[in-house]
Amino acid sequence: MHEWALAEAVISTVSQIAEKEGFKQIIEVKIKVGELQQVELEILEYALSQLKTEKLEKTKFTMEKTKAKLKCRVCNHEWFFNRKKLSEKTAEAIHFVPEIVHTYIQCPKCGSPDFDIQEGRGVWLESIKGVK
Amino acid sequence: MIDPRISIIDSRLKKVNNIIAVSSGKGGVGKSLVASTLALTLAKRDYKVGLFDLDFTSPSTHLILGIRETWPKEEKGIVPPEVYGLKYMSIIYYSGNKPSPLRGTEISNALVELLAITRWENLDFLVIDMPPGIGDATLDLLRLVKDIKFLIVTTSSRLAFETVKKLAILLKKLEIKIIGVIENMKMDDSDFIKDQIEEFGLSFLGKIPFDNRIEKVIGNVDMLLATVFAKKIRDIAPHLEKL
Repeated sequence: MHEWALAEAVISTVSQIAEKEGFKQIIEVKIKVGELQQVELEILEYALSQLKTEKLEKTKFTMEKTKAKLKCRVCNHEWFFNRKKLSEKTAEAIHFVPEIVHTYIQCPKCGSPDFDIQEGRGVWLESIKGVK
Repeated sequence: MIDPRISIIDSRLKKVNNIIAVSSGKGGVGKSLVASTLALTLAKRDYKVGLFDLDFTSPSTHLILGIRETWPKEEKGIVPPEVYGLKYMSIIYYSGNKPSPLRGTEISNALVELLAITRWENLDFLVIDMPPGIGDATLDLLRLVKDIKFLIVTTSSRLAFETVKKLAILLKKLEIKIIGVIENMKMDDSDFIKDQIEEFGLSFLGKIPFDNRIEKVIGNVDMLLATVFAKKIRDIAPHLEKL
């Protein structure tokens, strides 16, 4: 239930923004979920529904998965993270701390662990719509 | 795009009374040993203590404590397991004993992740074993953790002390509380570091003599706590109880 902790972070951030912007109700929250963190969308969605505050009662949470794009800093090779190639234990370690990918994965072309996570790392808020 | 993790960090740490970053300007001054022994000492005095190893690329507190086969509980986040009376958290749970070659932005991201998902229970002290210097981890803690206090470790070396001065200048400028400075691995009677620290307006917490038996007790907590090193840390611990 690592997703629960992330859902709490989403609710906390959205609530802070609602306060700052003077929103009475939040209509929609768009969330981008990077594949590297392997977040279970159903669990995240369930946690969000359980954690909803008054201002978030009618909020529609839209979630979009983004592929995790990696780029080697040594040879510039680009590739996508593939969960299927990993053991359960390794996948779980990356789920908790996505940067741990550098411990277990190397560039498929040159073998370097020095690569960028260009897209699709974890949970991001793309936009928040509310009414004042 | 907004990173939602930042806003939850405060509430994750709200049950922690004192957050103590054990820091230094240079590596190899015994910071991890000081952090581990200090955490154990405070726990022996019946305080609720956590130890968080933030040296992601070179974690070592798990070796000092001899931690094996321990795993955090997953409960709406991560709950650090109890080891020798300490709530213990380290990246080692996820990296195993393998190298984690991380650049600065990745260290920041991993640090934010662990601060955002780790659920600390009521603690009197959370001791943080910092990586050396004033790089990403130090700057991120200063950015993200309110009321953090620093305990600085140096050796008698002028080289180590010069880097400590830079750390202290930064912390003073940012009005961050410095509990004091420990001089570790002392090999003579000189008061040079003590005088310099006091001249600098900082508290000198004590000298710890170089102890060549320390290496033999790595991984054995009982033996570690029986060393002269641990005795000196026990003498220093009351400075933290006054916080």
